Amino acid sequence: MSFSWAKPYEPKSQFMRWLDDRLPLPRLVYGAIGGGYPVPRNLNYWWNFGVLAGVFLTIQIVTGIVLAMHFYASADGAFNSVEHIMRNVNAGWLLRYAHANGASFFFIVTYIHIFRGLYYGSYKAPRELVWMLGLVIYLLMMATAFMGYVLPWGQMSYWGAQVITSFFSAFPLVGEPVRVWLLGGYAPDQAALTRFFSLHYLLPFVIAAVVILHIWALHIPGSSNPTGVDVKEEKDTLPFHPFYTAKDGWFAGLVLILFALVLYFAPNALGHPENYIPANPLATPAHIVPEWYFWPFYAILRAFTIDFLLPAKLWGVLAMFASILLLFFLPWLDKSPVRSGSYRPLFKRFFWILMLDIVVLGWAGGEAATPVVVAVSQIATAYYFLHFLVILPLIAKFERPLPLPDSISTSVLHGEKQEAAPIGVSPPARPAAE
Amino acid sequence: MVRLIAFFVGIGFAGVLLISLISTISQTISSPPEATAEEEFHRHPKHVSLPSDGPFGKFDRRQLQRGFQVYKEVCAACHGLSLVAFRDLYDLGYEEAEVKAIADQWAIEVPWVNPDTGEPATRKAIPSDTFPSPYANETAARAANNNALPPDLSLITKAREGGAAYTYSLLTGYQRQPARLVKEFPAAKTPTGLHYNPYFANLNIAMPPPFASAGQVTYAPGNPAPTIDQMAKDVSAFLVWAAEPKLENRHKSGIAVVIFLLVGTVLGYLAYRQLWAEAKRKVRPTGALDPKNQAKSRCAKAKQGIAG
Repeated sequence: MSFSWAKPYEPKSQFMRWLDDRLPLPRLVYGAIGGGYPVPRNLNYWWNFGVLAGVFLTIQIVTGIVLAMHFYASADGAFNSVEHIMRNVNAGWLLRYAHANGASFFFIVTYIHIFRGLYYGSYKAPRELVWMLGLVIYLLMMATAFMGYVLPWGQMSYWGAQVITSFFSAFPLVGEPVRVWLLGGYAPDQAALTRFFSLHYLLPFVIAAVVILHIWALHIPGSSNPTGVDVKEEKDTLPFHPFYTAKDGWFAGLVLILFALVLYFAPNALGHPENYIPANPLATPAHIVPEWYFWPFYAILRAFTIDFLLPAKLWGVLAMFASILLLFFLPWLDKSPVRSGSYRPLFKRFFWILMLDIVVLGWAGGEAATPVVVAVSQIATAYYFLHFLVILPLIAKFERPLPLPDSISTSVLHGEKQEAAPIGVSPPARPAAE
Repeated sequence: MVRLIAFFVGIGFAGVLLISLISTISQTISSPPEATAEEEFHRHPKHVSLPSDGPFGKFDRRQLQRGFQVYKEVCAACHGLSLVAFRDLYDLGYEEAEVKAIADQWAIEVPWVNPDTGEPATRKAIPSDTFPSPYANETAARAANNNALPPDLSLITKAREGGAAYTYSLLTGYQRQPARLVKEFPAAKTPTGLHYNPYFANLNIAMPPPFASAGQVTYAPGNPAPTIDQMAKDVSAFLVWAAEPKLENRHKSGIAVVIFLLVGTVLGYLAYRQLWAEAKRKVRPTGALDPKNQAKSRCAKAKQGIAG
């Protein structure tokens, strides 16, 4: 697809030739993730996390489908059906813990994938649509995760649903009717639970579809790389298979080991004990918190404490939505022609401040809202917006980037012409005298 | 244009946050949050170590049986165990006849419909029943307990921060209210009908101390003496099992899975090294670490007068 030297698919057997003439599916796979997709040869391990997100999406879909066979979406029976899965279904505890912790790992690898994109400027031309489709996936993931967390119908499920749907009521006039319409009632109940289950089953397949668009859009310009320099010639690249399948493969094993350690030995570490108490609309938990991967957004929501022109709650909700929506404009906010943060000394510093800022927001979102926590989240939220909306455009204006390598191969090859030949092509004869 | 709008949006949010921050600070200064008795006297659970702890943890069947005995003779009067079935007791090492006898002799009968008249009735439990609830419903439970609701214990060690350490600390944590607390926070004096327990979130718990004295439960010969501490520990161990009966399967298969993945990953890594051996030497990871580029960047920095 992407480069002229991409190897075309050659059917190896009579049958594959027959198939290729009628349904060129193997050709599609070969061009997408096989030997027919040339990838920059200098990718580092931060480039492994996209594939890992795909791995966890698959784990979620597979475990989720089986869980749905035993789950009972009823306000009276949901909690007990989850416990039935844990106690009586064969390996049900494994399925459920894998699904619950799989969601956390899906977010971990996705966050690393997004941060990699931020650091290496993967959102810049010509990959704006890759970035935006990725953000669409992320938004879908958030909706799916939220609705999935409601399904066990524990205390946090119920009160989380209550709090999150109440965001909509912050909007004047239409807010409250929209909230009631979304919930199918005035408070989360059977109607909400059934539709959340239905949508929770639907959305992962929508995610899978957008993932296909995300990869399709990526394969037009091809993958970015740590130097941010465009691929120029064949020796800049290696075929995806077997080089990157091998690299992704062993690294996926490593991450799956971490996943297994959490899943088998600390399966409830990332959850909240309160969700092992059945939902009770009459007893509000002392401290309602969403799942850990939403904590930064929860901190942004709670940072607005004053009615200034608009009600504080509306400010909070607007800011929370804006905190993600602004990322869609990133390709036009950061106009620096240099993609990679490695060559942008000023950008690099602010990038790490942003990372710290997001960690602080996450901490603040998970804590009870004491004055200190609120003050910290106010400062951190302000930095978050200033970083993207004010600082980033200014950096692009004033920064003097470091000199870029001429090409990917000069950046990694140290001038060894001998070794610079494309894989599979014998090196040119060494000049007699040099 | 995008950047101009972004600039104003960014300044706008930051401005509102600045006003919010100022108001947070001024409010905190003008009316500092008052210290509460809970903040000062609530204690984190004591440490308790159980055989089921850690990645290799296993249940001690004799301890679980003792814990079950404590549950049966002390807790079951008020606390249900609705997610656990009598047949699950096989896991504790009981024989079939024993489980049948336990179900048959359970003090509370299972709600039932009289097959002849259709009237609501009760019958003796059988192994496939879950533990019958001590109260017909929440209202009955509250009516019998001074309006407090004894929670079901099936998941208690997973539903409380600290798990078994929490239940153990709570059961052994009853004490007289410290004089200092009453002096400093007169409003927090334990009301009549409640009991002071620093391990309970609001310090005053409706449950009376369940263990009046050591030896309240008579353990079979060959078991440790039933001190209050021992009984609390045993019943906590039992409740860990009740909340997570598949814990041993989980630990065992977890070790097998991790070993399997380790072998697979090492093989995968070696295959990766092998495959990249030819390409590897050419792939020094990042351009910025390239000595040539570092020299260039040092040069550029020197030109711009940046130190370091």
